[in-house]
Amino acid sequence: MVKNSAYPSKALISAGTLVYLFLYLPLVVVVLFSFNDSKLNAEWVGFTWKWYEKLFQNGEILHAAANSLIIATISALLATVLGTLAGLAIHRFRQKWLSALVLGPIAMPDILIGVSLLLMFILFNVTLGMTSIILAHVSFCIGFVALAVQSRLSGMDQSLVEAARDLGALPTQAFRLVTLPLLKPGIIAGGMMAFTLSIDDFVITFFTAGVGSSTLPLEIYSMVKIAVTPEVNAVSTLLMLVTLIIITALSRISPMVLRQ
Amino acid sequence: MLEIIDVSRRFGDFVALDKVSLHIQAGEFFTLLGPSGCGKTTLLRLIAGFDHVDEGEILLDGKSLTALTPEQRPVHTVFQNYALFPHMTVAENIAFPLRMAKTAKPVIDLMVREILEDVRLPDKANHYPNELSGGQKQRIAIARALVNRPRLLLLDEPLSALDAKLREQMQIELINLQKEVGITFVYVTHDQGEALALSHRIAVMNKGEISQIDEPSVLYSCPDNRFVADFIGQCNLLDATVISVGGRHLRIAINGLGELDVCPNPEIDFAEGDSCALTLRPEKIRLAATLTKEDDEVLFSGKVHDMLYLGDVTVYIIELASGVLIEAMLANDAPGRTRLFDTDDAVQIAWRTDAGHLVP
Repeated sequence: MVKNSAYPSKALISAGTLVYLFLYLPLVVVVLFSFNDSKLNAEWVGFTWKWYEKLFQNGEILHAAANSLIIATISALLATVLGTLAGLAIHRFRQKWLSALVLGPIAMPDILIGVSLLLMFILFNVTLGMTSIILAHVSFCIGFVALAVQSRLSGMDQSLVEAARDLGALPTQAFRLVTLPLLKPGIIAGGMMAFTLSIDDFVITFFTAGVGSSTLPLEIYSMVKIAVTPEVNAVSTLLMLVTLIIITALSRISPMVLRQ
Repeated sequence: MLEIIDVSRRFGDFVALDKVSLHIQAGEFFTLLGPSGCGKTTLLRLIAGFDHVDEGEILLDGKSLTALTPEQRPVHTVFQNYALFPHMTVAENIAFPLRMAKTAKPVIDLMVREILEDVRLPDKANHYPNELSGGQKQRIAIARALVNRPRLLLLDEPLSALDAKLREQMQIELINLQKEVGITFVYVTHDQGEALALSHRIAVMNKGEISQIDEPSVLYSCPDNRFVADFIGQCNLLDATVISVGGRHLRIAINGLGELDVCPNPEIDFAEGDSCALTLRPEKIRLAATLTKEDDEVLFSGKVHDMLYLGDVTVYIIELASGVLIEAMLANDAPGRTRLFDTDDAVQIAWRTDAGHLVP
């Protein structure tokens, strides 16, 4: 008898269940305990909003959250522009050293990037703060955007640009009317990746942040150093929610942009 | 109207085009035909401006194109893979060259609607290219390239992605369209059947050079050389030596066939002792179980060695007593019978002295 491959076997279902439990159970626990009416993350006592209320009265956390959003937005925008240009250059000039230079930071350990950026900022007398964090985030996000753009470019039919030129478009018009719209999904995906990488970065931010420029991950870390309070659960749940909303929204937009 | 003068193009050591010269008339359906790597697409890209000539000159209406970028040339291309912009609707695709030429919006709308009528797809204006079939994409690509009436339309194997039935239909449409718009077409293909069916004139290319430029019927019946004879249609190529010249016929000797008479080639004067080849189309050979030799004919006996059943015709490969193989073609036109002979049947073949064509 031929097995219908559209239905997974029992072994596959149980293995899959275990893997997904391992992946998502910790997140579920965090979300659940953020609504738990107890100071301890031990047993379920009852439902409450009070940790969220406390959270919104905590000036430090709100400040850090605002910092995180500002940093993620600005560095994602900058990295998207620079990364797109880098992706175009890699595709156009086809030089191995160029792609190695642009994509190198992706493979580099965060701790190394963090320490070397710190040393550089000190060397050039850059005051540690929002600017230094943004510069740091841009530097490690460019590679991801360039990668997304370049893979989109290499999948693109080269004759489309030739067709545009052939039909009377100047090089700049061909780029604006044909290349750029076709790259849009890659650019959006790259920018999205940059945003999520930036908003939850800890290691590099830790080295490049100054006094008063704490970000949400740094703030959570300093809270956890004392104890994992339900407040931490609440702020983590919110961070999860924001990321989820952004990713869902963008994945809804990109098929409309794509149209292929 | 389009003059290609001594154009050469090299890629490293590879000579893609070697001093190619062509003269294409206004209103002509001109085809560049040849096997892959013969330089036909390179030549097309040079005319379009996607590539630059190493030597030589390309003139359109007497003016040099060489310094002009693709967008400055009054030349449009239909690409092999259509190259329709996937993020634009059919109407936006067709409007693209008009927008680039800064045509007024109402005029654009009118012209787009008109050309969509011409290619019989008026209801597809707001569809995206991925919603169209191969044949429809092809028609839109042609519409887009023709809408602002270029001086010259270049077509790069535009039908190669379509299936056989659709290709035939599109060939007829292309011929009619070209007649209608009166724009000069330069068509690139490796398909000799397509070239014969479509073109006013064909340039057969081989290894970066032009082998022959002629009308389809001349190319088929009077090839200039062995390459053209062999590339266009099926052909028996028999190596021969000239025995005697003068008089109405030339006498030649062919290995395994002996001496026989052929009509001379009016283009070429052969001398005694010259080596040459007799090109003989399979359909010009008479084939039957027994034949009576008529005046002006040569006759040989042999047996059926192999056959290729093609439906409307069957190609029989006849082995003569000397071992020489000759292809002959018979129409399967006898009602109620699928074929006339079987393998190993004894047969006779005959052809008239003017059936073949002598090439160097």
